Amino acid sequence: MPTTTSRDQGPDLHTPLNAAPLTHGQLPRRAPQSVFLAALVAGIALLLSGWNVAAAAIVAGFGYAVVVYAWSRAVEGPRKATDRLVTAVVTGAFLLALIPLISVVFTVISKGAPRFDDQFFTYSMRGVVGEGGGAYHAIMGTLIITGLAALISVPIGLLTAIYLVEYGRGKLARAITFFVDVMTGIPSIVAGLFAYALFALIFGPGVRMGIMGAVALSVLMIPVVVRSTEEMLKIVPNELREAAYALAVPKWRTIVKVVLPTALAGIATGVTLAVARVIGETAPLLVTVGITSSDNFNPFDGRMATLPVFSYYQYVTPGVPPDPALNRAWTAALTLIIIVMVLNLAARLISRLFAPKTRG
Amino acid sequence: MPSSTERTRAHRAPQRPGDRVFAGLSTGAGVLILVVLAGVAAFLLTEAWPALVAPAEDIPGGEGVAIYIWPLLFGTLLSAFLALLIAAPLAVAIALFITHYAPRRIAQALGYLIDLLAAVPSIIYGLWGIAVLAPLSVEPSEWLAENLGFIPLFAGPATSTGRTMLVAVIVLAVMILPITSAVVREAFRQTPRLHEEASLALGATRWEMIRMAVLPFGRSSIIGASMLGLGRALGETMAVAIVLSVSGGVTFNLISSGNPKTIAANIALDFPESTGIAVNTLIASGLVLFAVTLLVNMAARAVINRRREFSGAN
Repeated sequence: MPTTTSRDQGPDLHTPLNAAPLTHGQLPRRAPQSVFLAALVAGIALLLSGWNVAAAAIVAGFGYAVVVYAWSRAVEGPRKATDRLVTAVVTGAFLLALIPLISVVFTVISKGAPRFDDQFFTYSMRGVVGEGGGAYHAIMGTLIITGLAALISVPIGLLTAIYLVEYGRGKLARAITFFVDVMTGIPSIVAGLFAYALFALIFGPGVRMGIMGAVALSVLMIPVVVRSTEEMLKIVPNELREAAYALAVPKWRTIVKVVLPTALAGIATGVTLAVARVIGETAPLLVTVGITSSDNFNPFDGRMATLPVFSYYQYVTPGVPPDPALNRAWTAALTLIIIVMVLNLAARLISRLFAPKTRG
Repeated sequence: MPSSTERTRAHRAPQRPGDRVFAGLSTGAGVLILVVLAGVAAFLLTEAWPALVAPAEDIPGGEGVAIYIWPLLFGTLLSAFLALLIAAPLAVAIALFITHYAPRRIAQALGYLIDLLAAVPSIIYGLWGIAVLAPLSVEPSEWLAENLGFIPLFAGPATSTGRTMLVAVIVLAVMILPITSAVVREAFRQTPRLHEEASLALGATRWEMIRMAVLPFGRSSIIGASMLGLGRALGETMAVAIVLSVSGGVTFNLISSGNPKTIAANIALDFPESTGIAVNTLIASGLVLFAVTLLVNMAARAVINRRREFSGAN
């Protein structure tokens, strides 16, 4: 046994290690919870004594972090104290991010509810001054334009995703993947300007049409459809394709009859989410479709009203008295948020109910 | 029979007409996307060209395109960078919370909740900003102007409407939070489990594990995600257009009533009423915005993709 060299340098194994404690102290099991309760009580006390909500919450939050850190540092040492502090900070950051969401939903519902009535959904703004009027024309406009945008984007997006997954090899595929990613970052207003520039070259300057809005929205929608469809096609198991090839099914029929049906639920989810993303876009429609106060359901003929643009104009040019217009703006916002949330919910339901059969 | 073998080898994948049509269609769709992207640049350039070559006094403001666009670009960059400064640390913290702190059972639901923030249309953020956040910001702005007035950002005097750059920045930060945190979250989720468990086994606390295993692994994703968020903030239109009370000019002052415009908001505000050369000028500013966001997004994607190649996580 080569035990000759280490005898002098190694640790002294004969003296027991009783100098350094092997265990640290520990906070009681419910310590963070009880400190949190105390902070909550203190916060409510501050609130009752006349502070505003934000200040009380900030003080209570900081108080919680400081108390937990100091207590833990005294009992458990600096490493665990830092750990607890970070836990508090990270949790606090998450709660902080929920505040705007809750506040937005609450504000839109409470301000939009007063005009959420029959008239809002059955009247247009034709000849309306002051009270009354509705957004029927804008809701129809939004549905028509978004529908057209989906009609343009879904085939292009679907085929591109099929190309990327089933055919694409080499430079072209890599370039398309990269630029699809880059395309998701195009500012919506630039998409609007693009549609305007395109149609201005054909029809002359100052042109406004529903189809221009649809083109602008497609520019925003196509990359989203491509990305989600691509993800879905990728998880279709290769065994299914190989089984089809083994039966001498041509490649295109394999894609149409085997791959697409398998991924259908996921694709539907992706398309729904893409629609939800573009249906609330305001800026591109502002520069391409404009606004009108009467019904116009022909996307190839002049200005149309859309819900987001309607809401915007009602808010920034309310007229006198302003209240009816402001109420209409908020109700339009409420309608919009309901549509978006329903679409999101539908997307989740589709993906939950018709989950792709990955275990072929 | 050697000839038959040769023949089957030559026709290994028989090309039926349907195949050719389908392959052509899907390749065409892919190429179309590249064409559209090139078209965006080309058409914007065509429509912006009259403004670029026009004499300076014809441009709104009367001093040429560059002088017209520069304050807008400044406002755009200032608001986007400040929004990123707020959003990036929050996004990382949220991603950490969802991947490493939240109870496993509800983590996914919490992720959806944050994603819902992304689903809210921008016009609604604008209305929320001006109706809720702006009045709330008045008191703190006055406090900032009194106590921190020596910092140029808070020089004041604080406005009483609350339609300030500060509110616009906060709204922008809220809007870019979901996309940033989603990308970071994806990266954190892919941290090799073995790295995490190894560091925990060596006695690291949860934070030490995150600092030594999770953050280094996700670093390039954090950078990429921040740049994606920056791209979003640069191009955000309606929220800024509604919230900001503009007076043009170049100033770092966040809480006064005179704020620099942003390119996107300026287009949204002026485009509907513009004609002639003014339209071309606005499109020229849109072209600048397109170029800036394109650069930022390409850089972001390059950073994220490089990590994907080297991580071995896929």
